[in-house]
Amino acid sequence: MTRKQKKMLTRILIAAAMMLVLHFLPIDGVLGGWLRFALYLIPYFVIGYDILLKAWKGIKNRQPFDECFLMSVATVGAIVLGRVQSGDYAEGVAVMLFYQIGELFQSVAVGKSRRSISQLMDIRPDYANLETAEGETEKVDPDEVAVGSVIVVKPGEKIPIDGVVLSGHSALNTAALTGESLPRDVSEGDSVISGCINQSGVLRIRTEKEFGESTASKILDMVENASSLKSRSEAFITRFARIYTPAVCYSALALALLVPLVRMAFGLPADWMDGCMRALTFLVISCPCALVISIPLTFFAGIGGASKAGVLVKGSNYLEALASAGIVVFDKTGTMTEGVFEVAGVHHAALPEEKLLEYAALAESYSTHPIALSLQRAYGKAIDKSRVTSVEEIAGGGVTAVVDGHTVAAGNEKLMTRLGIPCDPCRSVGTVVHLALDGQYIGHVLIADRLKPNAEDAIAALRRRGVRKTVMLTGDSRKVADSVAAELHIDEVRSELLPADKVANVELLLKEKHGKEVLAFVGDGINDAPVLSRADVGIAMGALGSDAAIEAADVVLMDDDPLKIAKAIGIARKCTGIVRQNIGFALGIKALCLILGALGMANMGLAIFADVGVMVLAVLNAIRALNTQNA
Amino acid sequence: MKKTYKIEVDCANCAAKMEEAAKKTEGVTNAVVNFMTLKMIVEFAEGADPKEVMPRVLKDCRKIEPDCEIYF
Repeated sequence: MTRKQKKMLTRILIAAAMMLVLHFLPIDGVLGGWLRFALYLIPYFVIGYDILLKAWKGIKNRQPFDECFLMSVATVGAIVLGRVQSGDYAEGVAVMLFYQIGELFQSVAVGKSRRSISQLMDIRPDYANLETAEGETEKVDPDEVAVGSVIVVKPGEKIPIDGVVLSGHSALNTAALTGESLPRDVSEGDSVISGCINQSGVLRIRTEKEFGESTASKILDMVENASSLKSRSEAFITRFARIYTPAVCYSALALALLVPLVRMAFGLPADWMDGCMRALTFLVISCPCALVISIPLTFFAGIGGASKAGVLVKGSNYLEALASAGIVVFDKTGTMTEGVFEVAGVHHAALPEEKLLEYAALAESYSTHPIALSLQRAYGKAIDKSRVTSVEEIAGGGVTAVVDGHTVAAGNEKLMTRLGIPCDPCRSVGTVVHLALDGQYIGHVLIADRLKPNAEDAIAALRRRGVRKTVMLTGDSRKVADSVAAELHIDEVRSELLPADKVANVELLLKEKHGKEVLAFVGDGINDAPVLSRADVGIAMGALGSDAAIEAADVVLMDDDPLKIAKAIGIARKCTGIVRQNIGFALGIKALCLILGALGMANMGLAIFADVGVMVLAVLNAIRALNTQNA
Repeated sequence: MKKTYKIEVDCANCAAKMEEAAKKTEGVTNAVVNFMTLKMIVEFAEGADPKEVMPRVLKDCRKIEPDCEIYF
């Protein structure tokens, strides 16, 4: 408990004790009942002075309609009524007392959930062990470490800054970043990202970024600012409270006046007191706090819970949108497949396979395209670039080069057709690199990309979550795309697209949405940025290390696992479900109690429950969103 | 220019009111209060000096929420 909360608790205890004593004090009728009145005012002011003060300030600043005002009017009203009529002041003081107990409980509960959520995101490193020129280490603030410095990370410590391992090997726990419990092995030369916990060995790391630009800082920044982007439900409640509070105050006033007037019209005694009492009960019931507090809290807890599962959501609005995902559009490479190309075979080779691979690797040696890299890897030996001359890249086709004095052409069917070389089509699925030596066809290399192990389950899980349509967009050839789509049971596939075509296709799909459905696009973030921002919700893969993904997307899957898409939708559904429950429950109970209050069938006790009790229950329900195990 | 400040406030409704008050302060183009992380993100108008604007933001917030705090 904070100092403020402790002070409030003391005030509550003192006021409660005084009430108890006063209850048994034989002061009835002394000084015409004024003594009793004066004595009851003491606990009233002890417990409620700040509320009265706030209400007064509200009136002074012409913003009178808030809960402090409601509470002040209701309690002052009850006490005045007590003076005039029954001589019972306990009720008015008790209303204030219970209101404060409820506020205290809420403050403790919110503080607790705030803490447990920040613990979830406990990836902020407190210090860095900087290696000095003398080879000793010095503990410094991570902010002070310059790019290119050497830091030492001991077992059990967090890696404070992104960098490259200079020496040592260890297993890293990336659970805080990815939700993945399997440790990742790293050794010399590997890139490491901040926020991981070093588990076994001592690592010396050369930093490659500043602390503020490192992964851990960026993620924290993102999550902490996430709940600033407000969801529609939150905006609704703010608007609602603005209309609701004055409406309730005027209805209470009407109730106080109308009930006696109606009675008079029927020839009954007016009984003004009864009308006032009903109006006051009405005011206590009506406080909108249960909604105002529980809805942002639910989204906050949901975002916290999602980040524990390795799903970063950039705002409550995106979490809310994700819940009604009806169409999910995927990129192929890097999203459904590993994005790592491997040579799967050499076909129709007119030369020995190694020789063929050697020509292919040499011809492509100046390219950094994934296909070229996979050829170089398959060749396996060091490439002597001096053997290669007059390299010419043919956009959308391939490359021609002179290797050891022979003209080599490596590329797709289009290139071969252009060069007038007949080639054999490949029957297997994959990317095919045809090769020609001095104008003669010498065979082709098949390069294939592996599907991610969870890709098929991911599509099935999405369907179970009620996603109506799955679509795959890819720049790859039709044959490859169709085969992947068939294997994964994706509904629709559009292939051979340029990046600009992807945006156009997403725009067409956006028009196909039914009602309030949302279209989500899942991509690996690097060349999908325009599409990610065009879709209703952009989900990025490959966040580990890819800044482009973090920037462009609304949701980031930290471990590139496509199964997490369904998980994210599940978490979002749970969250919006809780929000709906809370709105329905709070408004339902309040409406019921308001009707009972208007009819004179609700006493102050019920009114307090409708206010404080509903709020406490709504807060407890909201905290459920933290638990995403079964979402 | 955007700056983030740590704040202290008791309830979500009060936070929303602080946001309103901060938005209306002269020299502020936009303000967002995040009750959950207890942070206020203030966007200052062109040429406004945060050091000069922030005390006024605090004053305006105190008017509607006497026990709030902004650390700047």
